[in-house]
Amino acid sequence: MEVVEQEKIVGVINEKFDGEILQTEMLYDFLTITLKKDKIIEVIRHLYQHPSTQFQYLTTLCGVHYPELKQIAMMYQLHNLVSNVQVRLKIYLPEENPTVPTLTPVFAAANWLERETYDFFGVIFQGHPNLKRILNVEEMTIFPMRKEYPLEDQTREDKNDTMFGR
Amino acid sequence: METPLSDRVVQTEEKEYSYLNLGPTHPATHGIFQNVLKMDGEVIVDAEPTIGYIHRAFEKLAERRPFYQITPITDRLNYCSSPINNIGWHMTVEKLLGLEIPKRVQYLRVIIMELARISDHIICNAVIGVDTGALTGFVYMFQQRELVYEIYEEICGARLTSNIGRIGGFERDFSPKAWAKINHFLVEFPKVLKEFENLMTRNRIFMDRTIGVGGITAERALNYSFSGPNLRAAGVDYDIRVAKPYCSYQDFEFDIPVGINGDVYDRFMVRQGEMWQSLSIIKQAIAKLPEGPFHATVPDFYLPPKEEVYNNMEALIYHFKIVMGETDVPKGEVYHSVEGGNGELGFYLISDGGRTPFRLHFRRPCFIFYQAYPEMIKGSMLSDAILTMSSMNVIAGELDA
Amino acid sequence: METATRTYSMSEKPEGYEGTGFFATSLEKVVGLARKNSIWPLPFATSCCGIEFMATMGAHYDLARFGSERLSFSPRQADLLMVMGTIAKKMGPVLRQVYEQMAEPRWVISVGACASSGGIFDTYSVLQGIDRIIPVDVYVPGCPPRPEQIIDGVMKIQQLVESESLRRRDSAEYKAMLNKYGIE
Repeated sequence: MEVVEQEKIVGVINEKFDGEILQTEMLYDFLTITLKKDKIIEVIRHLYQHPSTQFQYLTTLCGVHYPELKQIAMMYQLHNLVSNVQVRLKIYLPEENPTVPTLTPVFAAANWLERETYDFFGVIFQGHPNLKRILNVEEMTIFPMRKEYPLEDQTREDKNDTMFGR
Repeated sequence: METPLSDRVVQTEEKEYSYLNLGPTHPATHGIFQNVLKMDGEVIVDAEPTIGYIHRAFEKLAERRPFYQITPITDRLNYCSSPINNIGWHMTVEKLLGLEIPKRVQYLRVIIMELARISDHIICNAVIGVDTGALTGFVYMFQQRELVYEIYEEICGARLTSNIGRIGGFERDFSPKAWAKINHFLVEFPKVLKEFENLMTRNRIFMDRTIGVGGITAERALNYSFSGPNLRAAGVDYDIRVAKPYCSYQDFEFDIPVGINGDVYDRFMVRQGEMWQSLSIIKQAIAKLPEGPFHATVPDFYLPPKEEVYNNMEALIYHFKIVMGETDVPKGEVYHSVEGGNGELGFYLISDGGRTPFRLHFRRPCFIFYQAYPEMIKGSMLSDAILTMSSMNVIAGELDA
Repeated sequence: METATRTYSMSEKPEGYEGTGFFATSLEKVVGLARKNSIWPLPFATSCCGIEFMATMGAHYDLARFGSERLSFSPRQADLLMVMGTIAKKMGPVLRQVYEQMAEPRWVISVGACASSGGIFDTYSVLQGIDRIIPVDVYVPGCPPRPEQIIDGVMKIQQLVESESLRRRDSAEYKAMLNKYGIE
């Protein structure tokens, strides 16, 4: 992506939301903008509507757990299909109480993606129409993708770890 | 939070709605997912899908496996076209490492990916036929999948979940027998595809069942982040092979079939068109195939040949380091997407320098577009709902991961 | 060049006393012979093994010549429950309910590594083998197993069906085994 394009996108965000951007970097030729977490939905809506960016396609959104920073990051990836430009927005939420407003009024695709992030990481999306577990069993109490939880089912008795050393 | 459909009190007017449970085990749903349909007689008023019946925790599993051991996991995402998933994952890792892949490898990868795309569309179109009652097309087309399985077997040893290729290329060059089988496929398959087209596309019954059924407009499809044949049937020509070309797709000439209404008939025809285009791409790739090595020179990730391991000290050390996982991986965050059988299959990889990924997120097209299903079947009959589901090509492995 | 001629037969004649126009044997053998050549399977296909099952039912490998032409999707009318693919913990109660709805005599074949033992998915959400919730007769390993292996599994089921005693389903050991799984 050329520098002109990057500066245009950063300029569009800065003209209305000055001070929200914490960091801008080009990771493997992909513009990644780290923002403060409070006005993320308005920023995305602004990028959706502004005539020179028009990011009207949500590629994906997911959560990442950073245990050393005690934070859970949310990553949103937007795409402008007409001018073929992509951008990644990241926000960091505190581990104990990760809450963020929902993106479903802007993109209908965010519905299940946010449910999946809630299921895996426990991020609460305020205003979501149906925030409950989607992939795991409804009665599960833990959020399995967080780093402190193990991969295997701990209630098995028939595995002999001394033989295969885990 | 909304109360679930099954708990809601019946409406105040005279109308009483009945609730029909479709699935998880049902002969017509190809894969296990459940839909509780709220019906007014035969007409569907609302639907509430439940998924997760085959959740195998791929993303958590990938955090515990070294990079080359994640390839069999990616196989099981969209298992009807598993080479596309494998090659997409390898390209993501190669992007992270910053590797330069030889041209011959890229052309061979294109041939394999287009074969996989054809075999995925064979299943989808044949199953649309079965759901309208046309079982003959299914039997004929599945026979052609056997030819594709034999090609995979020659190249990598497995039929369905192929684990094809390595990070950096292929484990061996295509043998003459593999080329003979590919050429045999290119001769036999067009005849059967033409016969299938003659049976289905201008068939009065098929057209009446599928035209105007399960449609979605382009604006709603874009808002739901559709991609792949479902989006192209709605009229948007977004194809990653053209938008962000990878693996030398820019060297080939092909058209992108685009529909008008986004209904079942358009999806069927878009997939048919794509199969013909894939055949043309394979022929172009074979005609223009350059000579060269069948893998990139990346000794840190590509196992050296066994003769060298037994005779050469550096090869032995590299072999040990790769298998025991001592190689250094650069830290970084990378996203790469390929055009899978159902749409944009993306891999978001965060590496922290260790032997396993720190976070791997699969952008699964089926998961994202299946959300639109209740909106697409509102107001249609039960059999139309079945047809809509099978025309969207929902693969349970990709839905749940 | 000498070619050895071998004769194959799908079913052997059971032992019995033969005469003009009649053949006397025990009822068990006749019932076994009839049952083994007309097994109606219930394909409980969840994932990749299901696609290999579709190939087995196709024209190349053709499971229908073993008598399984009619797939029954209703458990009330099925003899053989073929569990193909990964069973997650969310799906376990559904599988159990389908098994309980089947009428005796019923057999279960577990196709694939995931159904037999959890397969490569040693995770918190996958049931590590369906024999934790229902009794299984034949296990077919593979990931996915080739259609020839699935047919071999069905042929082993045929041997079990042929040689089963008519009183087995009422016997005390069978009931004890069902009780171990909590099925009445």
